[in-house]
Amino acid sequence: MSIVVCAEQRDGKLSKVAFEALSEGKRLAAAAGDTVKALVIGSGIGACADELKKYGADEVVLADNEALAAYTTETYAAVLAAFIAQESPALVLMGHSVVGRELAARAAGITDCGLVSDCTEVIFADGDYTFKHPVYAGKAIGTFKISSAIRMATLRPNVFAITEAEGTGTVAEFAPEIPAAKVTVKAVNKVSGDRPELTEADIICSGGRGLGGPEGFKLIEELADTLGAAVGSSRAAVDAGWRDHSAQVGQTGKVVSPNLYIASGISGAIQHLAGMGTSKYIVGINKDGEANIFNVADYGIEGDLNKVIPVLVEKLKEA
Amino acid sequence: MKIVACIKQTFDTEAKIVIGADGQISDEGVNLILNPYDEFAVEEAIKTKENNGGEVVIVTVGGDSAQEALRYSLAMGADRAVLINDPALANADSHAVSVALAKLLSDKEAGFDIIFAGKEAVDDGVAQVPSRLAAKLDIALANVVTAIELADGKISVTREIDGGTEDLEMALPALVAAQKGLNEVRYPSLPGIMKAKRKPLEVISLADLGLSADDVATKVEMISAELPPARKAGQKLTGEVDEVVAKLVDLLKNEAKVI
Ligand SMILES: Cc1cc2nc3c(=O)[nH]c(=O)nc-3n(C[C@H](O)[C@H](O)[C@H](O)COP(=O)(O)OP(=O)(O)OC[C@H]3O[C@@H](n4cnc5c(N)ncnc54)[C@H](O)[C@@H]3O)c2cc1C
Ligand SMILES: Nc1ncnc2c1ncn2[C@@H]1O[C@H](COP(=O)(O)O)[C@@H](O)[C@H]1O
Repeated sequence: MSIVVCAEQRDGKLSKVAFEALSEGKRLAAAAGDTVKALVIGSGIGACADELKKYGADEVVLADNEALAAYTTETYAAVLAAFIAQESPALVLMGHSVVGRELAARAAGITDCGLVSDCTEVIFADGDYTFKHPVYAGKAIGTFKISSAIRMATLRPNVFAITEAEGTGTVAEFAPEIPAAKVTVKAVNKVSGDRPELTEADIICSGGRGLGGPEGFKLIEELADTLGAAVGSSRAAVDAGWRDHSAQVGQTGKVVSPNLYIASGISGAIQHLAGMGTSKYIVGINKDGEANIFNVADYGIEGDLNKVIPVLVEKLKEA
Repeated sequence: MKIVACIKQTFDTEAKIVIGADGQISDEGVNLILNPYDEFAVEEAIKTKENNGGEVVIVTVGGDSAQEALRYSLAMGADRAVLINDPALANADSHAVSVALAKLLSDKEAGFDIIFAGKEAVDDGVAQVPSRLAAKLDIALANVVTAIELADGKISVTREIDGGTEDLEMALPALVAAQKGLNEVRYPSLPGIMKAKRKPLEVISLADLGLSADDVATKVEMISAELPPARKAGQKLTGEVDEVVAKLVDLLKNEAKVI
């Protein structure tokens, strides 16, 4: 049996979570005595194979076709479902990115496989897999089993370690029939600029209502750029129109788990904590000593963020 | 136009989670609400009707209590509702829900032009149902949608992807899963609430759909749940700004080792 990792790429560049999924796939394959195959779907993706070999792929399978140049859920899911049907793997892994989650779910809908999304742990024991996945926005952790012979899981970004490993690394091609897409992609617009993607970032600097206005985010951006961090926001700041919704962290925003999360002018409402409670380290900067953020922060600074952040930027630059 | 909105009743986002004696999450005393993303779906369905004419049907798979979320949607302005309620669906997973919904929408409620859903349910849901349902119905899907325009039987949407957005175009029938920002959700008016009480709400079983318990056997089961390890309050750094910031930088560097 094999473990299939669907490695996500865009414009020929593999996403970080693809390496995380492959590393985890390799670890599980070693435990289960299986081989791990990395499937890449796209057009002009040959260069991805070399990179994937370094992380233990026994076989890199390229579904390389001009019809797959633009990502559409339907065409990509059709390819993934066809590969799953051909391969009958014990387990299919991929990243729980915006694209990964819908792709996995549509392929699961075609193949009628059980899928546990947004896993933070996958365990192989006694010949079976168990999956852990935070529910109710992280307020509880559920333990799941899948009863279908082929099990699928998407992995929460930034949780699984990337490790280099040896693999046979042969390269194969996969050329299934590709259905005509019902969706036409008119344009792809990048917005993240030079900053890292929120869900993949090692460090996130977030601001809330305490910033006092949209110009308050200049401070947060300066801090973020000093640290090479992504910029996040509370819902209050999004609702006020200071920041785009794509920056919102929380129960109805993005769920993130960086190494370091710096919350400035954020009170720490339950819905906000739901999105960042699994960060390794949390720093809270708030002028209200009673703010709830201090109940979860590893390090708290009680003070005016307008005074604290400029000094912090200065000291970080010196450090 | 026949416009459908798929909704789910979920725990209030304020709800405190309690694990019962059976190791499962208890819903005792929990306030139940219409899933926040489904509010956008219902709103968009009603707006679509206002602009194009037709009827709005709200559908859900759930228990008796789900009637409340349906009535709320009717009070917002939807025309009628269908609840699929069956003991065999008590522990329905995304697979079971999408099988039941697909049967309903291709059979009893066939002929839809557009289906709205939320991008995810904020409880144990993880953005599977819309994709699975679109696969079963073999229709186009636009997920995580923040803007939509409908003209000449075509939909143009903007939707979120990792690190940006995408503009998509598709023909009807199609499924659109709503992200926050798609619209401003209206509150039910008092006359709306009164009218909703008399609007049709049909409750149907699996047998009414011609499905058996086997057809909706779950693929995924939650064996148990636990509370996450509680985060402890850490150190509060006090003193002059210069001092505390220096201390913070030192801790981040040398204790936490994260910078
Ligand atoms: C269904 C639902 C879903 C929700 N989803 C989310 C979500 O996904 N994400 C989310 O964040 N919220 C969410 N919320 C909202 C949440 O309940 C809070 O309202 C929100 O998080 C508050 O944002 P805030 O902390 O920025 O603002 P506030 O709670 O107003 O806090 C502002 C903080 O800034 C501090 N402050 C003010 N001035 C300064 C200064 N000069 N220096 C330092 N500190 C200062 C104040 O002491 C205060 O603690 C949701 C709510 C609901 C009902
Ligand atoms: N039981 C259900 N009945 C009807 N629609 C549902 C149900 N569960 C989920 N949905 C729809 O699918 C969306 C995503 O849910 P999920 O896949 O559970 O995260 C929701 O916002 C609803 O629109």
